[in-house]
Amino acid sequence: MSRLKQLFQDKKNNILSVFYTAGFPKLNDTVEIARHLQSGGADIIEIGIPFSDPVADGPTIQASNKVALDNGMTVKLLLEQVKEIRKDVNIPIVLMGYLNPVLQYGFEKFCKEAAANGVDGLILPDMPLDEFNEHKDLTSSLGLDVIFLVSPTTSAERINMIDGLSSGFVYAVSSSSTTGAKKGFTADQEQYFQKLKSANLKNPFLIGFGISDHATFSKASEYGSGAIVGSAFINLLQESSNFGKDISQFVESLKSKS
Amino acid sequence: MKYTVNEKGFYGKFGGAYIPEMLYPNVEELRQNYTSIINEPSFQTEFAKLLKDYVGRPTPLYFAQRLSEAYKAKIYLKREDLCHTGAHKINNTIGQILLARRMGKKKIIAETGAGQHGVATATVCALMGMDCTVYMGQLDMDRQRPNVERMRILGAQVVPARSGNMTLKDATNEAMRHWINNPSDTHYIIGSVVGPHPYPDMVTRFQSVISEEIKAQLQEAEGNPFPDYVVACVGGGSNAAGAYYHFLEDEHVNLVGVEAAGKGVDSGESAATTALGKTGVLHGSKTLLMQTEDGQVIEPYSISAGLDYPGIGPLHAHLFDTQRVQFVSATDDDAMQAGIELSRTEGIIPAIESAHAVAALKQLAVDPDDVVVINLSGRGDKDLETYIRWGKY
Repeated sequence: MSRLKQLFQDKKNNILSVFYTAGFPKLNDTVEIARHLQSGGADIIEIGIPFSDPVADGPTIQASNKVALDNGMTVKLLLEQVKEIRKDVNIPIVLMGYLNPVLQYGFEKFCKEAAANGVDGLILPDMPLDEFNEHKDLTSSLGLDVIFLVSPTTSAERINMIDGLSSGFVYAVSSSSTTGAKKGFTADQEQYFQKLKSANLKNPFLIGFGISDHATFSKASEYGSGAIVGSAFINLLQESSNFGKDISQFVESLKSKS
Repeated sequence: MKYTVNEKGFYGKFGGAYIPEMLYPNVEELRQNYTSIINEPSFQTEFAKLLKDYVGRPTPLYFAQRLSEAYKAKIYLKREDLCHTGAHKINNTIGQILLARRMGKKKIIAETGAGQHGVATATVCALMGMDCTVYMGQLDMDRQRPNVERMRILGAQVVPARSGNMTLKDATNEAMRHWINNPSDTHYIIGSVVGPHPYPDMVTRFQSVISEEIKAQLQEAEGNPFPDYVVACVGGGSNAAGAYYHFLEDEHVNLVGVEAAGKGVDSGESAATTALGKTGVLHGSKTLLMQTEDGQVIEPYSISAGLDYPGIGPLHAHLFDTQRVQFVSATDDDAMQAGIELSRTEGIIPAIESAHAVAALKQLAVDPDDVVVINLSGRGDKDLETYIRWGKY
């Protein structure tokens, strides 16, 4: 059983997935941050593959992409860093990124090396479902879970289709927006979370975009199996001078009321 | 139909809709509606009337006597530079704003590089009384001040894109982000034959009036609707797509695309995508793209801001791949010299984009009887500063 499936079987609630950009703030921070996330109590590590043109991202993650690329981050280096991370990190690792860098690396080569180095899942938000159908046999034979996004404007019919193609979990984008911290959820958003909860998806779902504190994390966890935090964590990394202390405090502050 | 888009939005292996789920409903709504709306007789009537009375179509197909003598061929200029606002861009913005109104949209967003598409969008928004926001790279805003002010005079809000290198590519990213954040009441008017399906096909259809007119005008002038050559510059490729469209299936018509070689194709400062690009995904479609080995998009360069784009539309990638279009390139200097030459021989100062097409005349192996149509996509008023800075006239 994949690490993701095992996690969702063992833990039904309050699953925390933390996103950060590979090669940020410094090129080789990728490994150390992952270790601190595990020891701090995160459940899933989501590592972003930096891209020159991140159209779905707000200013925080855009800036981290630029810094990472200026640092010299590459897909090849990221795969090596994952191998290094896997030496002492056992929680699931998901790679998330735009399709183009993966295509240039070679989709098959990328998947094979990712799986061999210990990656559990992939999120490629701009990969069309049709295109994934051509790769499905490859990823499933490698044991890679592929996670797709749903948004508040995704139709019920399409949610079912996306759920059918996804494995591991479904990534529920909380609002029609780019990534970034927001204040709380509206009634409309909660209605949409409820709709997902009632939809009897085959996969568990995690809520992402706009999760920044304990209040938004626990609210998201009332509906989904947990939540994904990204921009708020990138902001922390940007300011931190002590990853060990700051990361465990950050994870703690999300999971429990201060 | 070898060169038209298939039902999945592909031209051969290029095209498609590579978009995050947050954009899917917007793009899907457009995909489901665009052909039926465009085919409505009332839409066609309104579109044709505005093209005639407001844009000033049909634009002349002008026989360039002195240029023909110089190059020993029968050279015609398709005068898109005479369109209202000074370029072909308005053919598309008129079409898209009529479409947006029929889809019940209240607000318009657009991206712009040199400002021509931004001005054409601001113009039709003023015409229709619609709210208009144009994203423009900060660097381009500094370089193209008059067009920024033209948009503002027309009532548009011009928002600087400060991400990346702050040019057209980044303005496009910002416009897409705006659309993600405002999905229901906003239509995004993309200015070229790029973006996710159905944009490349839709923009091509709106620009296809150019080749429709060329055919009728050549029939009248030459007794034959088919030229031997159609030459157009290619940045994203909207004027070229429009100039080629009705000739695509007539393989005896030689189609020529002229890319910006900047300071030279191998100088590291160019925008010659077919020469330097590889298949990749940007702004929602799979196409030829200038990129690093690691799949990061390379910032292109050309003296002409309208050709300064790292990709080409997927239709053009397919036309290159199938060799239906011969792609050549012209450097900054080639284009500037051609711009001066056209000014001196015909009394027409072309946009520097269009001057690239004129520059390609030197690269064609033409016979004296050959009929060559150059799509003169825009006029040079906006480029006066660049002509002055270049100085060699």
